[in-house]
Amino acid sequence: MQETISFTPQLGASTIAQLLWLVPAMPIVASGVIAVLKQPKRRTASALAIGSLAFSLLLALVAFGHVLAGWAHGAAVRDTWNFTWLQFGSTNVDLGWVLDPLSAVMLVMVTFVGLLIFIYSTGYMAHDQNYTRFFCFLSLFAGAMLGVVIANSILLFFMCWELVGLTSYLLIGFWYQKPSAAAAAKKAFLTTRVGDVFFLLGIVWLFGQTGTLLFYNNGAGSIEPHALLGLLLERSAFGLTAAGAIGLLIFAGAAGKSGQFPLHVWLPDAMEGPTPVSALIHAATMVAAGVYLIARVYPLMAAGALTGGTTTALTVVTWVGAFTAVFAALIAVAQNDIKRILAYSTVSQLGYMMAGLGMGGVAVGMFHLITHAFFKALLFMGAGSVIHGCYEEQDVRRMGGLKSAMPATFATYAIGMLALCGFPLLFSGFWSKDGILEAAEHFSVSKGPFYMLVFGALLTAFYMTRQVSYVFFGINRGSKNAHESPKSMTVPLAILAFFAIALGAIGTPAWPWFRAFIENRNVTFEGSGFNEPGLYALMATSTLVVFLGLGLGWWLYGNKSPQADEPDVLEAAAPLPWAWLRDRLYIDEFYGMTVIAFYGWWARVADWLDRRVWGGVVSAVAWAFGLWAHLNRFLDTNVVDGSFDKSCEELSTGGGLLSRMQSGRVQTYLRLLALAVVALAAILIWSSRS
Amino acid sequence: MSVVFYFVAGLSVAGALAAVLLKNTVHCALALTLAFAGLALLFLELDAQFAGFAQILIYIGAVAILVVFAILLTRGSETPKDGVFSRNPLVGLVTAAGIFAVLGWAVLHSTSVLPGPGGTPAAKPNVTVMDIGNALMGRYVLPLEIVALLLTAALIGAVIVAMHEKERAR
Amino acid sequence: MNPLTGYLLVAALLFAIGLAGALTRRNAILVLIGIELMLNAANLNLIAFWRYGPHPEALTGMMFAIFSIAVAAAEAAVGLGLVISIHRHTHTTDLDAMNRMKG
Repeated sequence: MQETISFTPQLGASTIAQLLWLVPAMPIVASGVIAVLKQPKRRTASALAIGSLAFSLLLALVAFGHVLAGWAHGAAVRDTWNFTWLQFGSTNVDLGWVLDPLSAVMLVMVTFVGLLIFIYSTGYMAHDQNYTRFFCFLSLFAGAMLGVVIANSILLFFMCWELVGLTSYLLIGFWYQKPSAAAAAKKAFLTTRVGDVFFLLGIVWLFGQTGTLLFYNNGAGSIEPHALLGLLLERSAFGLTAAGAIGLLIFAGAAGKSGQFPLHVWLPDAMEGPTPVSALIHAATMVAAGVYLIARVYPLMAAGALTGGTTTALTVVTWVGAFTAVFAALIAVAQNDIKRILAYSTVSQLGYMMAGLGMGGVAVGMFHLITHAFFKALLFMGAGSVIHGCYEEQDVRRMGGLKSAMPATFATYAIGMLALCGFPLLFSGFWSKDGILEAAEHFSVSKGPFYMLVFGALLTAFYMTRQVSYVFFGINRGSKNAHESPKSMTVPLAILAFFAIALGAIGTPAWPWFRAFIENRNVTFEGSGFNEPGLYALMATSTLVVFLGLGLGWWLYGNKSPQADEPDVLEAAAPLPWAWLRDRLYIDEFYGMTVIAFYGWWARVADWLDRRVWGGVVSAVAWAFGLWAHLNRFLDTNVVDGSFDKSCEELSTGGGLLSRMQSGRVQTYLRLLALAVVALAAILIWSSRS
Repeated sequence: MSVVFYFVAGLSVAGALAAVLLKNTVHCALALTLAFAGLALLFLELDAQFAGFAQILIYIGAVAILVVFAILLTRGSETPKDGVFSRNPLVGLVTAAGIFAVLGWAVLHSTSVLPGPGGTPAAKPNVTVMDIGNALMGRYVLPLEIVALLLTAALIGAVIVAMHEKERAR
Repeated sequence: MNPLTGYLLVAALLFAIGLAGALTRRNAILVLIGIELMLNAANLNLIAFWRYGPHPEALTGMMFAIFSIAVAAAEAAVGLGLVISIHRHTHTTDLDAMNRMKG
């Protein structure tokens, strides 16, 4: 692989940018090859998948290095490589890919975490019959997700986005014989579809307004200043500009994929899929695609913001994110399935990311996304290890005491949990969450999101402590003794745990490298970064909140290990609110009553229409045809045949009549002759008179 | 128009009518003979003596006799049961009337061709038998020969037709 | 009325009478009688025209009439022979009964 790293500022494409398509292409090709492999060839399948993703990781690192080098030399790197795919008259359908800091970090994260999960899956799915199919779908997913990351054309983005949704469906419903899994897959697909409809509307509107599908195109792209100016001038409904309206439509799509309220209902059900799937798709990558989308079109969302202020679109994003964060955290408190707790935690953290984007900008939201990817994947994989070790048990009330039975899993899980809670200073989660809280504190519209997010942090610490106490502490309430997982599963856990700690270093105020990298600024390590006003107060607040949550959780649950049939401590204290939370605040039931019921009614109406009205029309036409056929037959038999027969008869009769002239008698003939002669003579004489 | 003409003409017409109308066939034949005679007189009146005598000789002398013979040989003297006229004589009568009407009308209206009223415009022709003989042997020899052939054929034909047939072997 | 007209009228009358007889009588021999009358009427016509025509010395009319008489005689002979022959087969001379040629 030859490439040249150039240091000149470019709007053109370097070689690495031109070859960027290889990054998603390798896993997709691997998926295609695995699809035609026979079932027993398991090692070939996993080798192909892991190999292709490793190759993509290598390329991603090279690309990242290229961008890093450019940044280090103070030259902006935003390489695009666009081409026209189709042409309709004067309209061009362009595709292309972009290499800039945002896509570079995302590429590295996706390939790296993906690779670790692929390796983990070889151990987790070792006993599964459909091992080959699993890696086929995983590879396809990886390729599609990477396509989303590098897409410079909103159409290519959407195509890969849909492909991601498809592979998510295939992977959630991997064990399709289970009705719950098939239903969960369908639910996921349909719910994200609702979001995608709005997304498509946004795409169409954007294309119609700006005339281009490309994000960046030497100043002519749809989110570059020239186009944005045009969008801001255009007014639409509710006092929004076109930019705002399009931004909201696109956010609707992102909300579907990233499980924001009210389209979050599919994410907890998606836990029906195998744990590697949950780790990869529903923690690290696919759900992050929504956040990535908002980050990608951030110029559009932020267009028109006055200094220090914000736009309507971003305000909406913030409020939805903040609300989702609290909402999901509340529900997570009352769940008993180990994966479901983590699923709601993911929804909550995605809300944090959206709020971070809305209030703090791309860097703030993306930093939390990156750190979250690592520790959430770690947590899911740890949960998978636990489930594997407890012989497919998933209820936390039937686990316990695994601290000593599965030490490696416990250690890594604890690191992940502390990172998620935001344990101060050591863990990356603290720094990324604090970045968001800081932005929330300075949010000009309202302080509401700040309080909500702080409350959410409290709840996060609380429910994670509850979960860890149930699972790892206390006595073993399971039926059998648990065993530690194989190396193929624990080694990726360790690697991820390392990054869960280490990534914090690039986001501290002392050395805000990540932010600088994304926003293309210079950065130096300086301790005085901590001297920002209010920063210490904020750090103290969040530390306090975290310890409060941890303490509360330990105090309530600690080493107590209640049995499965005993009510939870909080349940005993406040049964009704507990019931609401446990039943997920009845959102699914609400949808069932309204949307699904309506849909069922509509389907019945359509069926009635089809059978009675259209069917009736068809039957009527058929009946008319039958009638016509009968009429034709009647006509044919009676009129046509009849007339024919009649005419033959008449002919015969006429012949009979005429034959009477041939009487055989001479005198008759004589008479006729004489008559003829008379007539002729008369005519001749008469005509000669003149 | 002399009285003779009217008388003879009347005789002929009467004879013709009788020939056609009488019931007894033999009477019809005899009336026919009368008609022939009347016609012969008319020929004589027209200064066609040869024709008149030929008429008497052939028609009265041969044809009429032949008719009588035929009647006798076919039992024509017996009156038929169903009447002598055919079932619908109207057509014949109308046709004949029509013919007479047409011919009469033609004759009466052709005044330009015919000589005017008054006496005989044309001179009486002086025709001798020798003239007729000369004409027959001269100018009209071919028709004469053909008629001879015709008469021979008729003779043979009549004989054959009227001959008793041989009984065919069954 | 000039004499020619008279003769022509008489001839026409005789012809009509002959035709009537030929068409209405049942007996075959009477049909032949009618035919003879018609021929005679024609002869009368011929002779009348010969007499009052432009060139009586050419003897055309006379010749015509003589030949007509000859042919009439031949025809009468053959015809009557036929009638006799038919009578021998069918024992009748009734024309109404002879319809073996009926179509």
